[in-house]
Amino acid sequence: MSEQIRKPEDSLWKRLTRQQLFIPVAALLLLVVFNLVADPSFFSVSIKENSLGNPVLSGNIISVLDNASELVILAIGMTLVTASSGGQDISVGATMAIAGSVILRMVCGGEVTADTLHMPILLAVLVGIVVSMCFGAFNGALVAYFKIQPMVATLIMFTAGRSIAAWINNNQLPIMNDISFKYAGTFLPGIPVPTPIFITILMIVIFWLILKFTNLGLYTQSVGINANSSRLNGLNPQMIKLLTYVILGVCVAVAGFMRVSRSGSINYSRIAENIEMDAILAVALGGNDLSGGKFNIYGSILGAYVIQFLTTTLYKYDVPSTALPAYKAVVVILLVVLSAPVVRERMSRIKKAPVKTEKEVA
Amino acid sequence: MQKGAVLEMHGICKYFPGVRALQDVDFTLRTGEIHALMGENGAGKSTLIKVLTGVYGKDCGEIHIAGHEGPAVIRSPQDAQNIGISTVYQEITLCPNLTVAENMFIGRTKGIGTNWKMMNRRTREILDSLGIPATPKQQLGSCSIAVQQMVAIARAVDMECKVLILDEPTSSLDEQEVEKLFGLMRDLRAKGVGIIFVTHFLDQVYAVCDRITVLRDGQLVGEYVIEDLPRVQLVSKMLGKDLDDMADIKKESGIDESVVLEGTPVLEAKGLCSNAGIKPFDFSIQKGEVNGFTGLLGSGRSECVRAIFGADRVTGGEVQMDGKSVKIKKPLDAMKNGIGYLPEDRKGDGIVGDLSVRENIILALQVLKGFFKPFSRSQAEAFADEYIKLLEIKTASSDTPIKSLSGGNQQKCILARWLLTNPEYLILDEPTRGIDIGTKIEIQKLVLKLASEGKSVTFISSEIDEMLRTCSRLVVMRDRKAVGELTGEDLTQSKIMDTIAGGEAK
Amino acid sequence: MEMKKILALTLALCLVLGLAACGAKEDKPAEPAAPAEPATEPATEPATEPTEPAADSEPQPAPDAEGEPAPAPAEGPIKVGVINNDPNESGYRTANDKAMRDTFTAENGYEATFYNNNDAAQQIATAQQMIQDEVDFLLLSPGSTTGWDTVLQDAQAAGTRVILFDRMLEADESLYAAAVVSNMPEEGETAVQWLADQGLEEYNIIHIQGHMGSDAQLGRTGALDEKVNAEDNWNYVTQQTADWDEATARTITQSVIDSGKPFNVIYAENNGMARGAVAALDAAGITHGVDGDVIVMGFDSDKWAFEEVLAGRWNYMGLCNPLQAETVDTIIKDLMAGKEPAEKIIYTPEQGFDAATLTQADVDMYGT
Repeated sequence: MSEQIRKPEDSLWKRLTRQQLFIPVAALLLLVVFNLVADPSFFSVSIKENSLGNPVLSGNIISVLDNASELVILAIGMTLVTASSGGQDISVGATMAIAGSVILRMVCGGEVTADTLHMPILLAVLVGIVVSMCFGAFNGALVAYFKIQPMVATLIMFTAGRSIAAWINNNQLPIMNDISFKYAGTFLPGIPVPTPIFITILMIVIFWLILKFTNLGLYTQSVGINANSSRLNGLNPQMIKLLTYVILGVCVAVAGFMRVSRSGSINYSRIAENIEMDAILAVALGGNDLSGGKFNIYGSILGAYVIQFLTTTLYKYDVPSTALPAYKAVVVILLVVLSAPVVRERMSRIKKAPVKTEKEVA
Repeated sequence: MQKGAVLEMHGICKYFPGVRALQDVDFTLRTGEIHALMGENGAGKSTLIKVLTGVYGKDCGEIHIAGHEGPAVIRSPQDAQNIGISTVYQEITLCPNLTVAENMFIGRTKGIGTNWKMMNRRTREILDSLGIPATPKQQLGSCSIAVQQMVAIARAVDMECKVLILDEPTSSLDEQEVEKLFGLMRDLRAKGVGIIFVTHFLDQVYAVCDRITVLRDGQLVGEYVIEDLPRVQLVSKMLGKDLDDMADIKKESGIDESVVLEGTPVLEAKGLCSNAGIKPFDFSIQKGEVNGFTGLLGSGRSECVRAIFGADRVTGGEVQMDGKSVKIKKPLDAMKNGIGYLPEDRKGDGIVGDLSVRENIILALQVLKGFFKPFSRSQAEAFADEYIKLLEIKTASSDTPIKSLSGGNQQKCILARWLLTNPEYLILDEPTRGIDIGTKIEIQKLVLKLASEGKSVTFISSEIDEMLRTCSRLVVMRDRKAVGELTGEDLTQSKIMDTIAGGEAK
Repeated sequence: MEMKKILALTLALCLVLGLAACGAKEDKPAEPAAPAEPATEPATEPATEPTEPAADSEPQPAPDAEGEPAPAPAEGPIKVGVINNDPNESGYRTANDKAMRDTFTAENGYEATFYNNNDAAQQIATAQQMIQDEVDFLLLSPGSTTGWDTVLQDAQAAGTRVILFDRMLEADESLYAAAVVSNMPEEGETAVQWLADQGLEEYNIIHIQGHMGSDAQLGRTGALDEKVNAEDNWNYVTQQTADWDEATARTITQSVIDSGKPFNVIYAENNGMARGAVAALDAAGITHGVDGDVIVMGFDSDKWAFEEVLAGRWNYMGLCNPLQAETVDTIIKDLMAGKEPAEKIIYTPEQGFDAATLTQADVDMYGT
């Protein structure tokens, strides 16, 4: 998290490219510039009135911030898991389905269509978080104590998660019609900014505080870099790995709650499908080493916003739906290759590189 | 080339960044002899083997092999194999899920067709001729480790090797298996193969070898016929007998040896043993004392201190500190009781490579302080700067990743880490390995200074003179067992070496 | 011990988080429950005639035209193997699977084995197993349209009759006894015809597609594509796949709203996606439904969607009836009685429902 020592003769460009946040920030700037040039109205934000009569902000930027919320929260947890265990949890999408299913089951009280809350939302969310933490602990225990590779360990929940989610609600697709349930996923009455944005900011602040006022950062990095040495310094590497998975469980539950709150319903096999890949990608785009060790959580957060910004941009320009994944893949490959240490080392030597990349991304 | 020689290496040099791994080393292997290559860790044995087998390129020198005109060019292990140099490593590098015959011929069949019949027949012939108890169609994994080792050797022999290198082949074998292996080695010797035998077991050297070449600090100490080199002398040559002309820092530091250390020991262990396979041992250390474990590599000296620190799983025995019984199950317990431990493997167990010098220095104290009480940045920086200055750690700043520092400076950071926790008892396992001579002396002085401040230190070093200079008492280890304890008058090179070597000295 | 503290902290954090997440919840009393709706009934009434095994009444099972051995008149229950897709896929599929399970019960004289998987390879393996287990009927909703020849031939050889439901496969008609399927192209045509009948001056359509290449997507997209190509006043504002996902549908719609392009029709290829699109409309305060600016169209048979239409918040729902179980049941009983179905391919009755004409009776009848 600390910047590299640099010799005084290093140029500004060289220093810039060595920064871990260089790639995500540059990618974000490129997307902004591209949209500014192509259609400045992309950034216009207007106040509209939603169907409940509340004033709400509307515009692409708001959409990006709103829709990236789940991804940002997952990316935070994924970063910690990656740092401590040198692997990724591929079951986050499935566990989101579980958390969402649990929360809906609680508030709907087992009914298929419920018009009133059967349980305070807060309590339901807490139950969801606890359940999700248990699944996180399950994954974490497999990784930490049974020494199973994270991807293999979480494959279990990846495979089983959505069936478990369906089973929780007896294969019904419950619908919650109480408007207050949707506050967390849409708007709070009288507040024109989508609630997910607030929740995301809150999560970021919480993790900022955790990283500042605890040793979570130091411990996870230490364990991820050298578990032996960490143990000899009194740490319990297994426990710390487990802890990161449990923390990811919390993130997953919050994201899952947000997702079901957006519509008040759930579709087990489609909810948050493939989101694990985007979360891993966000971690990678943030300049974090996927094999663990040092991390920069803000890099991952930026990475998540880059992904959403890209998706929204592609939607805006009506890229044909069949070609959309391909476009996304091209840009992602570019970003990942550019953030590879080898390429960055070269870039810091060749000054013309950015001009070229700008063209490519655009 | 010398008459009868199958391999000659002249003036081999190999440099790694900042290290002279080999300097002007000569080595000669004759037809039909078993030649032991001896030396402590870091002496250059494995580097020499790797140069010979083409894993490393050499920086200067020549290699000649019988039957080849001019210096041999060995750029890869494949080259080495082609000119008749085969190697069998400590870890079996064959495939356990294939049959013996398949293992014998894997990677050697020409073309795409495989003549199974021929392969199995040929394998049977070789196994029979070498007396290896295995059948061609047997799965390799179902054989004992010794037989697997032998199959690996048979494979090498079948490739018509003139030079066979056995790198620590016996470390995972029991006595009977070792005996079988020796039988095979003698057979091969009779067939005219030159064998280079790398081991750290002295008994085995004397049981099977004809000649010994000793390396130390990347330099050739000498080549000896086995009869001319008694064990004690071998040990002294491996460890480096000649005392350098450094000042006697023990006296310089003003420790009065006549002070009899009495009273309740800071730490006392009885019948301690761990899952690392050491025999139960007793140990105690007084306030202000510096003592040490000595013995050859693999003798169990590191395992002893690891057991004390709780780094390995303790399986028995009890520990008292200041007369009170304590339970040390994991490193954190030891740390809370005021013990610090600088591990032997600096890279694997000591540094946290990607973290900064600052984070590495504060790590142990931070863990002691607790999860919820991180040091502020300025506090951490103050600690780091204090020790960077105190120990003269050469680093661009406290933000530099520790992995970019030199070995000696990394070691100082780890030292700083433990000094920062202000331990009552500090264990230093090979703190001076692989670092330059200046730093070595600094560390030794530091050890004595700590003792004079009333701390207790256990010091382990492969260099006996270092131990002599710092320790007032030595526990001697052999074959994972404490075999003696030397104090006062007995603390001499020769006495230590006698005890280490055992056997012959009696 | 410290780690416990950490866990405790994490738990405490959840609490804070949960509080914050819905902390702004108003204290206002929960809104009175909606007018008592009819309790959600089990999707299917048990088959109307609780039939005894039909074998006794018809002593002589006539061999059919192709000379296939008809299933031996069973003394005990009729053995059926049901291979279906993943019930979690959509509300439609959930209803479909539930109907099958509710129909082929011991009470109705069946001994049924169920298997759910979207992967055709797994389905095929299971089908082989079921044939070996000598089921009388193999009820199949294939995950893919091809690759079933061997299974069908094996079934024929073993005297197992195959009845396809919901989804077709590519094979000779003689290899299966009957197929009870939805007519997707017709669903599309019905919906497009309905839309054309609305007589708008201009059609600016947000077209949200299902999983590309699926039977339903192809059928429902086909008709609309044709119309949009043919008519000058029909335009796509956007045409994107949301992969049946509600959240994606919402994002797509949101992005159109953000771009400020005018639109007046949302043609979503299932109800879930329609709901996602509507959520985006609601957030932007765009009116929809009978008196609204935007026409909302969905497909399938979800009861909640019917209610949306009934309430006038949506305009149209193309019914895709998931309840083929009853028809299949009848066919089996007929076959046991030696009667071949009149037609090989039986289309389940599909129709479109308009907010103007939909009645509560329809909802109760077709809603699942």
